[in-house]
Amino acid sequence: MLGKGLLGIYLTVLVLLPIAALLAKSSTGGLNAFWREISNPEAVAAIKLTLIASVIVVVINAVFGTIIAWVLVRDEFPGKSVVNALIDLPFALPTIVAGVVLLALYGKDSPLGIDVAFTRAAVGLALLFVTLPFVVRSVQPVLLELDLAMEEAAASLGASPATVLRRIVLPTLAPAIISGVALSFARAVGEFGSLVLITGNLPFKTEAGSVYIFGQIQNENLAAAAAVSVVLLFAALLVLALLTFFLRRRSRHVL
Amino acid sequence: MSSSDAGALSIPGPAGAARVSDRGSAGAPPAAAGARASRRRQLGARVIALGYLALLLLAPVAMIFYRTFEHGISPVINAATTPSATHAFWLSLEIVAIAVPLNTAFGIGMALLLERGRFWGKSILGVMIDLPFAISPVVVGLSLVLVYGKTGWLGDWLAEQGISVIFSVPGMVIATAVVSLPFVVRETMPVLRELGVDAEQAAETLGASPWQTFWRITLPGIRWGVVYGVVLTTARALGEFGAVSIVSGRIEEQTQTLPLFVQDRFENFDSTGAYTAAVVLALLALATLLAMNLLTRLTRRKTEA
Amino acid sequence: MAIEVDHVSKRFGDFVALENVSITVGDGALTALLGPSGSGKSTLLRIIAGLERPDSGEVVIGGEDVTQAPARTRGVGFVFQHYAPFKHMTVHDNVAFGLSVRKRPKDEIRGRVEELLGLVRLDGLAGRYPSQLSGGQLQRMALARALAVQPQVLLLDEPFGALDAQVRAELREWLRRLHEEIHVTTIFVTHDQEEAMEVAEQIVVMNRGRIEQAGAPRELYESPSNEFVMSFIGPVNRLGDAFVRPHDIQILAESDGTGTEALIERVVHLGFEVRVELKLHDGRELWAQVTREVANELELREGQILSVRLPAPRVFAS
Repeated sequence: MLGKGLLGIYLTVLVLLPIAALLAKSSTGGLNAFWREISNPEAVAAIKLTLIASVIVVVINAVFGTIIAWVLVRDEFPGKSVVNALIDLPFALPTIVAGVVLLALYGKDSPLGIDVAFTRAAVGLALLFVTLPFVVRSVQPVLLELDLAMEEAAASLGASPATVLRRIVLPTLAPAIISGVALSFARAVGEFGSLVLITGNLPFKTEAGSVYIFGQIQNENLAAAAAVSVVLLFAALLVLALLTFFLRRRSRHVL
Repeated sequence: MSSSDAGALSIPGPAGAARVSDRGSAGAPPAAAGARASRRRQLGARVIALGYLALLLLAPVAMIFYRTFEHGISPVINAATTPSATHAFWLSLEIVAIAVPLNTAFGIGMALLLERGRFWGKSILGVMIDLPFAISPVVVGLSLVLVYGKTGWLGDWLAEQGISVIFSVPGMVIATAVVSLPFVVRETMPVLRELGVDAEQAAETLGASPWQTFWRITLPGIRWGVVYGVVLTTARALGEFGAVSIVSGRIEEQTQTLPLFVQDRFENFDSTGAYTAAVVLALLALATLLAMNLLTRLTRRKTEA
Repeated sequence: MAIEVDHVSKRFGDFVALENVSITVGDGALTALLGPSGSGKSTLLRIIAGLERPDSGEVVIGGEDVTQAPARTRGVGFVFQHYAPFKHMTVHDNVAFGLSVRKRPKDEIRGRVEELLGLVRLDGLAGRYPSQLSGGQLQRMALARALAVQPQVLLLDEPFGALDAQVRAELREWLRRLHEEIHVTTIFVTHDQEEAMEVAEQIVVMNRGRIEQAGAPRELYESPSNEFVMSFIGPVNRLGDAFVRPHDIQILAESDGTGTEALIERVVHLGFEVRVELKLHDGRELWAQVTREVANELELREGQILSVRLPAPRVFAS
């Protein structure tokens, strides 16, 4: 009993009370005030940039994440286990360090001659970096379990490798790819640390939603910050809820 | 009731997902007439995958090590031993030392509740626990300001008590605890399920009190899951930037953690200072990966034995 | 210590696990709870142990009402179906657990553990971990662990269920001898009627949360009180409402007019025993169990028509 009380207090102090305060703050002025805050042109630009960049990033993740998972499961090459372990580096690396790391190679002193600092490409690059593990790590276990015999059976029935991929492999991997994509999206929408240094935070150009919120907090405009926060939060939760719904329906289908 | 429905909207995040390791390839592809074509495709995929990883991940990380030590070791040592650098380092450790044990105790308790309890609203509770994974760190920081800040819900009351939360260490600890809250819960729940209740009931029939049962049977049974969760929590806590940035006020040598120090040095064109601190954090991240890998191997060997 | 279970009922959601169950187990007795899966036998055992609470009714152990007492204060030893070993402890520490939570002196614990490991024939394996033991060894470790605290009552849930046939047979025999040696009141759960007959002094037959009959093995076999007990304990032929044991059917060498005419449809040799499948003149089918000698003597073969004598069939009021 005492234990449950302590758990409840901890969760309230850390999560429930703050979320309630956020929702309350965003709705103090009513729907009109909320709408005014999120239709501020700078806010619109920031939210648009975040959503569009997130969509592009998760599409790229879906493709490359699946290829990487494939190579890590089906291919054999020296140093594979090291590469496999390093996939999680973006999860372990502090986001601010991710920004520094990307600037070291793709900033103004780039040894490759590629300078993306303070451009929209930088937003995409940073988001790609921090969301890299999601698709790889959700596809990998499914691929490990995938029965090679199923592919061989299809091939023995005369299916070309492309057909096997399209008709057998991808449908099996689809739920894992989709859940990796949804998790990447939720993360990308809220990402902050890795964007701060590399994007320059130029309003209407490279200022993402989270950075806009940060700026509003610094200007003590908490109502604007709360309104945009709620928009981003709901975008992330909506995608995750759709994922849950999709996975449930699918699992019923399979059973 | 199965507890897997506790996370109706579960967000596996890095924790659950990261467990996969190299169990090796699933066997050679069929030795058919198209073996050479298949070999070519495999090589193509390998080049694409490794090329992508090299450009996005490996080269940038290698680059900062190179940049840091470009001019030898002494500027690095100088940068690492400035008062603000060492203060930031110790402050980060202090916050971790408070937030991680709190989250560990909470995580074990909550995992027990979600896994063993039967009560209404369990799935909603599961969603609450996962929420920090779905929320931007900036939004976490803002929400905390709205409760514990000067103009926040509890602002006046806290001021009367003479407690300062925002712009001081307690707020930073809370922010850190929030963003790393789900890890221990999510890592402990599956091992708890696997452990089952038989051993605990056996201990009970042998006369052990609930407390004795917990310390001598349950905790040893789930220890590797907990440790794994603690490693992830620690990594996240050490690196947290956005939420802490908002609630800390970022005052040099007072509320500046190591990640905040990186930003501060970078924006003040002290690239050596920024790189040095970044390399320290990157090394800690690599140590985390190593620990995760060892733990996965260790537990896999145990379950296969 | 004697155990009394008095009008106990237990539901899990909509499922009625036990309905108004009462049993009495005498001090020092060896009792089997026998029934098919879902009959409530394990639930009853767990209620006696204190691992489940009954919805209504009482549990009395040694004259004391323990219905509301937690498992740890009841002084019962419980052996779990899958042994529930403490995997992170050695065999020694597993067996010592009950004594160590009672904070007994180290020397006493060591002596007692050694003695018990001898009793269950695990001497020399004290330093092993459960993962290094076979199923039978785990079973005996679990038993030693339960006995270490000198329980008033020993409860075993499907003690031999997970073992292969040969180990099972050995352990049954060994459990009976152990009981003779230490004489602790013992109840075990099983779905195997042969096991119950062989080991127990008293059998409680359960079905669908109710007790069908309780008594000595021979009593149950010879005078079952209902259809369920009759068909659960030993093989039966069903002839309409009546029941006949296959070994009670007599095959006659010569028709003397007292028997019924029957056609042999099949003869199956099962070692010593021979199973003869018969069709009676009125079309009813049944089988008889005879010894190999009888089968040879009568030269039984398929297609043969002969005379059989049926015992007085048992009929139960439905």
